[in-house]
Amino acid sequence: MNFIHWSEQLNVYLMIGALLFAIGIFGFLRHRTLVGMLISGELILAGASLNFMAFGHFRAADPVTGQAFTLFIIGIAAAEAAIALSIMIAVYRNYRSIETRDLKEMEG
Amino acid sequence: MTFTPDTLYALIAAVLFAGFVAVILLGAVVAVAARSLVRNVTGLALSFLGLAGLYYFLHSPFLALMQILIYVGAICVTIMFAMMLAELHEESRSWLMTVLAGVGSFVAASAFAIPLILMVRRSSWMPASSVQTNPGTIEDLGRALLTRYGFAFELISVVLLLAILGALAVARSGRKPNS
Repeated sequence: MNFIHWSEQLNVYLMIGALLFAIGIFGFLRHRTLVGMLISGELILAGASLNFMAFGHFRAADPVTGQAFTLFIIGIAAAEAAIALSIMIAVYRNYRSIETRDLKEMEG
Repeated sequence: MTFTPDTLYALIAAVLFAGFVAVILLGAVVAVAARSLVRNVTGLALSFLGLAGLYYFLHSPFLALMQILIYVGAICVTIMFAMMLAELHEESRSWLMTVLAGVGSFVAASAFAIPLILMVRRSSWMPASSVQTNPGTIEDLGRALLTRYGFAFELISVVLLLAILGALAVARSGRKPNS
């Protein structure tokens, strides 16, 4: 039975990573608020980290490499989320909205 | 099919794996497709829980715990708090615009997904390295973080410090004293 060995195949993980990436792109384009776009961005990052983990576990001579890279991605994502949320709160205070179409003061 | 302990364990592991994958994909779809932002964040947390399960299957329980601790415990909760502070919500738009935006985004996302999946299916990766320099336990990870990746590790801590200071500065500016 092929189903039994799914968790030991590199391709399965890579496909899940690709699907996460695509779902993130979908959400990034569909959402009109900054929070929705931030959530989709986190999904894209998650797809990338899953790829690093899969390659690190199945292919690398040193399995620590993938784990260390994923830890760095998590750290950067935390910093990004903090900055993005504070910008969102500042934007909401000035515009009373976080819809991307309302933020057009610098529109030419 | 006879059930010896070995096949039974393999079957349980496979069912768990399929469950984690289902949770990841379901949570991701909820995170991008649900109407209310609270449901989006909940879907994101669900998706990250499933991802932590996959990290267990990739033999790195430390990363799985960090995933739950940082993503589910910190980032999702912070997004939720920001939404409560700013009363963020998506206003509904016309039915036609919703459908058009959904179809357009789906086409664009497929344009990324289909080539990626085809590439994964067709390509033959380099063979697995025959020699593993270490088993990849938490000890090895800690040693690598403080020796080979020491500089990047310190840089990340500086980035996090600057992000905290920047977040405070940006979110405080423009606040009126008595409001």
